[in-house]
Amino acid sequence: MKRIISVLMENAPGALSRIVGVFSQRGYNVDSLCVAATDDKSLSRLTITTQADDKVIEQITKQVNKLIDVLKVTDLTDGNHVERELMLIKVATRSELVRAEVNRNVDIFRAQIIDVDLNNYTIQVTGTSDKLDAFANVLAQSTEIIEASRTGVCGLARGDKALRP
Amino acid sequence: MEMMSGAAMVVRTLKDLGVKHVFGYPGGAVLDIYDALYAQEDVEHILVRHEQGAAHMADGYARSTGTTGTVLVTSGPGATNTLTGIATAYMDSIPMVILSGQVPSMHIGEDAFQETDMVGCSRPVVKHSFLVKRAVDIPEAIAKAYYIANTGRPGPVVVDLPKDIVNVLEEHPYQFPEDVTMRSYNPTLKGHPKQIKKAAKVLLDAKRPILYVGGGAIAAEASELVTEIAEKLHLPVTSTLMGLGAFSGVHAQSLGMLGMHGTLESNKAMHNADCILALGARFDDRVTNNVEKFCPHATIIHVDIDPASISKTVAVHIPVVGSVDQVAKQLLEQMGDVDSNKQKEKLADWWQQIEQWRGRTCLNYKKDDKLIKPQEVIQSVYKHTNGDAYVSSDVGQHQMFAALYYPFAKPRRWINSGGLGTMGFGLPAAMGVQMAHRDATSVVITGDGSIQMNIQELSTCLQYKLPIKIISLNNRALGMVRQWQDMNYKSRYSSSYMDSMPDFVKLAEAYGHIGIRVDHPDQLDAAMERCFAEKERLVFMDIQIDQNEHVYPMQIKFGAMDDMRLSKTERT
Ligand SMILES: Cc1ncc(C[n+]2csc(CCOP(=O)(O)OP(=O)(O)O)c2C)c(N)n1
Repeated sequence: MKRIISVLMENAPGALSRIVGVFSQRGYNVDSLCVAATDDKSLSRLTITTQADDKVIEQITKQVNKLIDVLKVTDLTDGNHVERELMLIKVATRSELVRAEVNRNVDIFRAQIIDVDLNNYTIQVTGTSDKLDAFANVLAQSTEIIEASRTGVCGLARGDKALRP
Repeated sequence: MEMMSGAAMVVRTLKDLGVKHVFGYPGGAVLDIYDALYAQEDVEHILVRHEQGAAHMADGYARSTGTTGTVLVTSGPGATNTLTGIATAYMDSIPMVILSGQVPSMHIGEDAFQETDMVGCSRPVVKHSFLVKRAVDIPEAIAKAYYIANTGRPGPVVVDLPKDIVNVLEEHPYQFPEDVTMRSYNPTLKGHPKQIKKAAKVLLDAKRPILYVGGGAIAAEASELVTEIAEKLHLPVTSTLMGLGAFSGVHAQSLGMLGMHGTLESNKAMHNADCILALGARFDDRVTNNVEKFCPHATIIHVDIDPASISKTVAVHIPVVGSVDQVAKQLLEQMGDVDSNKQKEKLADWWQQIEQWRGRTCLNYKKDDKLIKPQEVIQSVYKHTNGDAYVSSDVGQHQMFAALYYPFAKPRRWINSGGLGTMGFGLPAAMGVQMAHRDATSVVITGDGSIQMNIQELSTCLQYKLPIKIISLNNRALGMVRQWQDMNYKSRYSSSYMDSMPDFVKLAEAYGHIGIRVDHPDQLDAAMERCFAEKERLVFMDIQIDQNEHVYPMQIKFGAMDDMRLSKTERT
């Protein structure tokens, strides 16, 4: 099962490598990882998606929590949450027909064309990972995907719950 | 504010933290720190012969005192040579601080001479690490390192010090940090009251309870409280390899060690128990055997300071996160007065059953007229030290014989590499012990294989006049490997035999010590007498033992805890 783990940690050198280390060292897989400083610049927030059963997730959260730099760990998939991922995707637009089809799909998926070149469009789309997958699949049916870059999932719990020091 | 160089700050911080001994080896990146050490007498530096030895010495020092051991090494090879020692301490949760030199900050990342990413290399085997970037940060980084190393679940902490920040020519204001607490590090010490209540009830209701004690009880200095619980409830007590001595091995309620080479009564009692109280033990694979078949009837209460240890291998019913001393106190309070006669009566059948298992005397062995048995050597050491020595061990058959045949009445007396199983640990560990306890008897039980892994430290022993007693069980083979080859590989001795042993007596003498060779059972007692009568000097006992002896009991792979071989021919 896909899980989304949120980690609040000191924004300190080496902190990220320690977390990644726990995953590689203990044989847990990382599907995506997204990290940046929070509103409080002394802290970083990291979101990891992974596939694991309950027992493994329990170990992952405990082992990550054990790291000295880590303040809080939570499994967002345990409760109600919102999650988003952003993808930039560059597609070939060599004919009018293709451009029209791409435009139509951009509308349907509420994506945005953020750069236009002679032979390609760069499109930004946000949503759940599934939506991003679907969008890429649809585009691939009508044109060629030149490259794509995804941020990995980030998420927050719904309601009053918050990951704060 | 006092002004001083970064190097002086390192030494001053150690002094202000109360550090008395540093085990180390100099080199380019730490010459400034060595110069600062030269100028003072508060911190004694012990010059080793190999940095791995320094780490094991600091480790033995820590295990025997409960205080943090300290290591100082240069960058590159000096630092990497400590890694096995750091990993050894990490696996057994031993507090240690490793101060490693580093190339100057501006050269980090350039593959400079003797540069290694020590923080990166050591990351999987440390509790935490610091790369200090400014001289003024030195006191805080070092103070935090000691704080982290010896609170919560103890462990090793690396402090990497680039050469430019310890430069003796630049001075900076020194301030000893008053407060080293960290918002991200708050170990839970007290058990949750609800869990304590549940645990107490299960314990009081149990008809076939057992107390399973591990190294966590020693780390928490909880021996007395553990004993109080055991006596109050009349519990049988079994101990992990790491927990030996937390509960006296000569107490009538002690069943001895459990696990792969545990006693029959320990493993039987675990398997048949209806309630297991695990205090600071972690259900590792050398204890549980096949987890699918592990203790099917028991309600398991697991007390551990590390939440990640709980339900990692075996799913437990009542987890209690906390330090063993605090939780033991809470449990005792929660249980209140227990009618001791009634409790004894309730457990009478259980104890009767246990006595039957004990009656099989699983530690009996056959003596021989001509060949010295390893078991009798350990028993002889026990006799000649009145069971009151600090016993450090290497890894192999001799380690298991020591664990089984030298019952420890006190904690911190049994010093061995349990988790990592590091050959070469014994001698340096015993040296650390002796540095901390100058008047105590510090013994090493070792094998002809293990002793050769850090034998260079015999030279350090001479320099610091460490009158260690080395008891080498010489079976002319890597005995434990050979035992497995006997059992699983039709006695095909692939690289487990060495027919090129040095003359250990001459070797000891070459290092300035006393060497004694013992070949015959009849000589053993007198030789031991001589060995332990020698108070001022190191004695190396090269004891030629029966090469074909196996360690028993031994769990049978994939079986339950109590599926065991009792001898080459007998099974449970
Ligand atoms: C550094 C290291 N290398 C290899 C091993 C694997 N190993 C475990 S026991 C053993 C044999 C130990 O031989 P010896 O020290 O002579 O002790 P004995 O078993 O004969 O008592 C070996 C090679 C180990 N534990 N540590």
